[in-house]
Amino acid sequence: MNADQALLAYVSRLGDNALILGQRMVELVAAYPELEEELANANFALDFIGQARMFYTYAGEIEGNGRGEDDFAFLRDENEFRNFLLIEQPNGHFGDSITKLVLFESFYLLQLEALTKCADTRIAEISARAEKEIRYHLRHNTQWFLRLGDGTEESHQRVQGSLDNLWPYTGEMFAADEIDGIFAEFFDGPHLEAIHAQWMTNVELIISQATLDMPEDQWMASGGKQGRHSEHLGFMIAEMQYLQRTHPGATW
Amino acid sequence: MYTQGLDQKGQSDAKGDGLEAAADLAAFQKRVDAEEKIEAKDWMPEAYRRTLIRQISQHAHSEIIGMQPEGNWLTRAPSLKRKAILLAKIQDEAGHGLYLYSAAETLGVSRDEMVGDLLSGKAKYSSIFNYPTVTWADIGAIGWLVDGAAIMNQIPLCRCSYGPYSRAMVRICKEESFHQRQGYDILVELCKGTAEQKAMAQDALNRWWWPSLMMFGPSDKDSKHSAQSMAWKIKRFSNDELRQKFIDVTVPQAEFLGLKVPDDECVLDKKTGHYGHGEIDWQEFIEVIKGNGPCNKQRLAKRRKAHDDGAWVREAAGAYAEKRAAKAA
Amino acid sequence: MTNKEWPLYEVFIRAKSGLSHRHAGSIHAADDQMALDAARDTYTRRNEGVSIWVIRSSQIVASDPAESAAFFEPAEDKIYRHPTFYEMPDGVENL
Repeated sequence: MNADQALLAYVSRLGDNALILGQRMVELVAAYPELEEELANANFALDFIGQARMFYTYAGEIEGNGRGEDDFAFLRDENEFRNFLLIEQPNGHFGDSITKLVLFESFYLLQLEALTKCADTRIAEISARAEKEIRYHLRHNTQWFLRLGDGTEESHQRVQGSLDNLWPYTGEMFAADEIDGIFAEFFDGPHLEAIHAQWMTNVELIISQATLDMPEDQWMASGGKQGRHSEHLGFMIAEMQYLQRTHPGATW
Repeated sequence: MYTQGLDQKGQSDAKGDGLEAAADLAAFQKRVDAEEKIEAKDWMPEAYRRTLIRQISQHAHSEIIGMQPEGNWLTRAPSLKRKAILLAKIQDEAGHGLYLYSAAETLGVSRDEMVGDLLSGKAKYSSIFNYPTVTWADIGAIGWLVDGAAIMNQIPLCRCSYGPYSRAMVRICKEESFHQRQGYDILVELCKGTAEQKAMAQDALNRWWWPSLMMFGPSDKDSKHSAQSMAWKIKRFSNDELRQKFIDVTVPQAEFLGLKVPDDECVLDKKTGHYGHGEIDWQEFIEVIKGNGPCNKQRLAKRRKAHDDGAWVREAAGAYAEKRAAKAA
Repeated sequence: MTNKEWPLYEVFIRAKSGLSHRHAGSIHAADDQMALDAARDTYTRRNEGVSIWVIRSSQIVASDPAESAAFFEPAEDKIYRHPTFYEMPDGVENL
């Protein structure tokens, strides 16, 4: 893999995480616990969809074959999506959604901060914009994590369950592969070990503030970054791509 | 707003004197006739308050239930741009429901009570949202026709005599100005597209046309609330006037798309400058309002589930706030 | 724990620096931080603000409309407080 190929793979992976998470959030529209939270999450989902569009547009330009954002979103197969397994997990209850967002965004914010200083100016620009969005999300979602963790006995139990169930999917975020390696070396990209340490410090603090127990060290799932997904993604993609696949070549 | 301070200080209440009440009513009507806005804590006739609570809460419920038919296509929107636009629009509807619940709360009713009435089936919402969205073109038709009809209804409400409602409507109308356009834009694209896409657009118009005309409510001769609402300047135009206006502006827009309105009687009368229309199936309207539309049960069930599923979350946030407040004290 | 409604907050927004905060509407929230977030996510979706205040509605002290005659009308006849009350002789400038 050369540097350009790694760059393309890295950028489209950023797009995949943003899109699949945005799509998961879109599934929850009209089902949030309160109207005010409905508004907040629509804002967040719009941020993710917007980020996906910027990353995919750039990926299409790097590739140079005339593919645009919608080609990446609607005309690739499941194994071409390289999002984290964590992100494609089904929504579950509100505590699951909040926990998933806190775990991912605690990573993503650090990743974006590092990317604003990387050598690729387009990625740095997009990341600078996304970083502001995610900083707000994470603050908002962390507050919710604390409310649920330290709320009622029921909410405490539920969100502890969310944390325990989702924890095995967090390891993949920090498992550097060839793409991460090349991107770090040639584009001054993030170093995942450093991010992992910082993430662990931040997340441990939030978990203790939420009066929750840290999950034990355990086996970690992987494969999403390489296109080997859980059964959930196929259904998401089928639903999302339905119109484009049924009417090939049509414009909308 | 100021739900806590709603005790009425009308003189008639204090004295229990029918003549005084008549004087209050006359003074109130004089203010309304002078186009003065009535504010939350001002004296108002009980029937005015009840009418507003009914109308504003129905309006709010319609916004909230109205998220569902469009939400049905959010995960399947055919491009990322369309997905983002549709999500922004649905979010606006949540926001508009929120503004409207707030406006109704100024009249001394809580959001919980209003939501309770919606979930129990006691409160009504716009009949249009009980129709299914079966193709992507329906999303275009909703924006174009349903939002178009809503705008016709809502613009006069910006001048409603009740201040909080009127202010909410000003904000809503401003934000909604893109909703109708995005719907029409979807249909423009479909009508320029493949034969299947164009057929999809015509089919959507066929299904949404009549229910859209019903959105203006019963014909004037059968509308039981109209006269009083007009006198109170809650309503400014009659149902039939608004319906006619809607038909007159919409038919040429259909022609531009190369689509045909599903009504053979919908032809331009050169003398009056108005389009005619065939008989509206009011029996269907009544059935849908009563709960027998294609999606009534599904819409309410989804709303109820969201509300019930969220109970532990709302409770947890309340408990957390109480704990924090106790710690701070 | 009773499942009661979150309290109501009033939202005030400064549209841009130099302007005062203006009442935008209300929201429900369980605590102050949630209220601030809800105000941001509800009332500044179209870039309407640079600063937000939220306050519990129950904390607002309001004048009583039934007392408004006594409260406001005494100011009506103090017309000498307004510059238009004074007629200046012709020829006097910059005044």
